[in-house]
Order: sequence, then structure tokens, then C-alpha cells
Amino acid sequence: MIRLAALLAALALACSAVAKEAAPLADDPKVEARLIVIAEELRCLVCQNESLIASRADLAMDLKRQVREQIKAGKSDAEIRDYMVQRYGDFVLYRPPVKSTTLLLWAGPFALLVAGFCAVWMFVRRRRSAQEPTLSGEQEARADQLLSSRAEHPGR
Amino acid sequence: MRIAIVVGFFALVILLAVGLKRDPRAVPSPLIDKPAPAFELPRLGSAERFSPKDMQGKVWMLNVWASWCVTCRDEHPVLVDFARTKRVPLVGLNYKDQDDDARKWLARFGDPYQFSVVDADGRIGIDYGVYGVPETYVIDRKGIIRFKQIGPVTHELLKDKLLPMIAELEK
Repeated sequence: MIRLAALLAALALACSAVAKEAAPLADDPKVEARLIVIAEELRCLVCQNESLIASRADLAMDLKRQVREQIKAGKSDAEIRDYMVQRYGDFVLYRPPVKSTTLLLWAGPFALLVAGFCAVWMFVRRRRSAQEPTLSGEQEARADQLLSSRAEHPGR
Repeated sequence: MRIAIVVGFFALVILLAVGLKRDPRAVPSPLIDKPAPAFELPRLGSAERFSPKDMQGKVWMLNVWASWCVTCRDEHPVLVDFARTKRVPLVGLNYKDQDDDARKWLARFGDPYQFSVVDADGRIGIDYGVYGVPETYVIDRKGIIRFKQIGPVTHELLKDKLLPMIAELEK
């Protein structure tokens, strides 16, 4: 009985230790909302297929801290993006600006698509012209002859 | 027409081959040919402070390192060798590290740095666009960043790229 009571007491103690209110993730939800919008468009430099907002990498946490501070300092979204680009280049943006160095990136897929359409078009056109062979009179007569001889001997 | 297809095909092959050979993790730094961002940080194990303007008039190198960085350990002997030649001042930026760990690390593997500065919360690292330690910057007499190495400095890189570059910058 005493053991049971001790056990219950220990359990109660453990529960009270665990049942602490979860600390809110952000002290200011407004800042956090803006952070999400901005950081979704920024690339995490460490795990490059992840956005800054999704990443838990150490550097990503630091960069988010930096963005938070700038939001609190009243910087505009464009200013914050510029801050990141100045340090990490256009690569940090998921939608980099169109300029000479990013032209291939922006136009490349469309160029490939156009090239693909051209290839298909040329292929189809060539096949179509090859599909309807014209027979000379002689060839036609020979074909008729072959077809009729086949009809005369079914099963051959 | 067939020639067009063959040419197109090979162009694509070459494009993809070049793409495969490039290191996708190497992000070109926008800081090349820009002034090295200013900072003032305490030196490791000393009360003195350091700012890049203290190096004005000298070609120097800034190497970002940390005791927790595994690749830094591979790089370290190269830097130790390089420091022996006393070619240019090598300053360490001890990035997001504990002072104690950093000092022990240098005591154990040798200290190639003229001194290291402490960037405990990584803010200066961010100003320099650091995203993977180790990184190394070559900075010219006017304080302009001329080169950035992402990843370890190797003997080959020193011999083929950095030393000729330093000689050029010192002219």
C-alpha cells in the first residue's frame, strides 16, 4: 500500500514536471507571419532544396533571426531580400531576377520546349510525306497481280 | 535537318556534362570585387580587438574556421604549412565556436593564424556570406575581396591559384 502511494506520488510529480505550458514559438505573431512570407521565397544555403522557413539548419536559424530583427527594425520586404542577395547572391532567391546570368535559367525550359516541338513537327512532316508512296502504272499492275494470285490460293 | 538534330543533341549533352562537373554547392559570392564588410571583433584569447581596416595596405587572407568543423581539420595542415612561409598574414575567423574549444583545438593541431577573431553568434559570418565552414577570403591592399574559396584550401589551390594571385595583388 505504501509502495503504491509512493508510486502514485512519484507519478504525480513526474506529470506536473512535464505538464508545463509549451512556450510560444514567436513572441510576436505579426513578425512571424511576415517572416514566413519572406523566408518562403528564400533558399536555405546549407540544404539547398529547402526554403529558409522550412529548414532547421543552424545557418537557417541564424538567418531567420536576422530577418526577424530586420522586420522589427521596420525594414521593407524588398530591403530584407536585398540584404540577403548582397551576401549570398541571386541564388538565395527562389525567383531570381531576369538578367544576363539568369537568362538560361529562365529561358532554357522554354527553349527546350520549342526545340522539342520543332523536332516533333519535322518528324511528323517527314513521316507524312513518306507515308503515301505513289506507284507507277507498272508497279500497280504488279501489285494487283500479287493480290489476285493470293486470292486464288487461300491458305498460302 | 538531321545535322540540326545531331548538333542540338550534342549541345544538350555538353550542357548537361558541364552541369554535372560543376559543384552545385559552390554558390558564387556576390562579394567578389566588393569591399570586405567592416567589423570589429575581439581576438581569441586576448583583449585586443581587430577590424579589417587594420590590414589596410596589405594583402591578407581571412579563413573561417571552427573546432566543430570536420573539414577544417583536413584543411588545417595546409594552412599550417602556408603560415610557415609567412607569405601573407592569415587571420582566422572563429565562427560560432566556444573559446575554450577553439583554443584547445589550436593547441592540438597548431596555430597558423596571426590571430583569430571571435564571431560567437555568426553575425559577421553572415555579412561575409559564409554558409559552410571552412571558407577563405583573399583581400587586397584596399580591402577589396578578390577571391573566396568555399570548402578547404588545398596545396593545389594554394600553388595554382592563391599564390599567383597574391603575387599579382602585391605588384
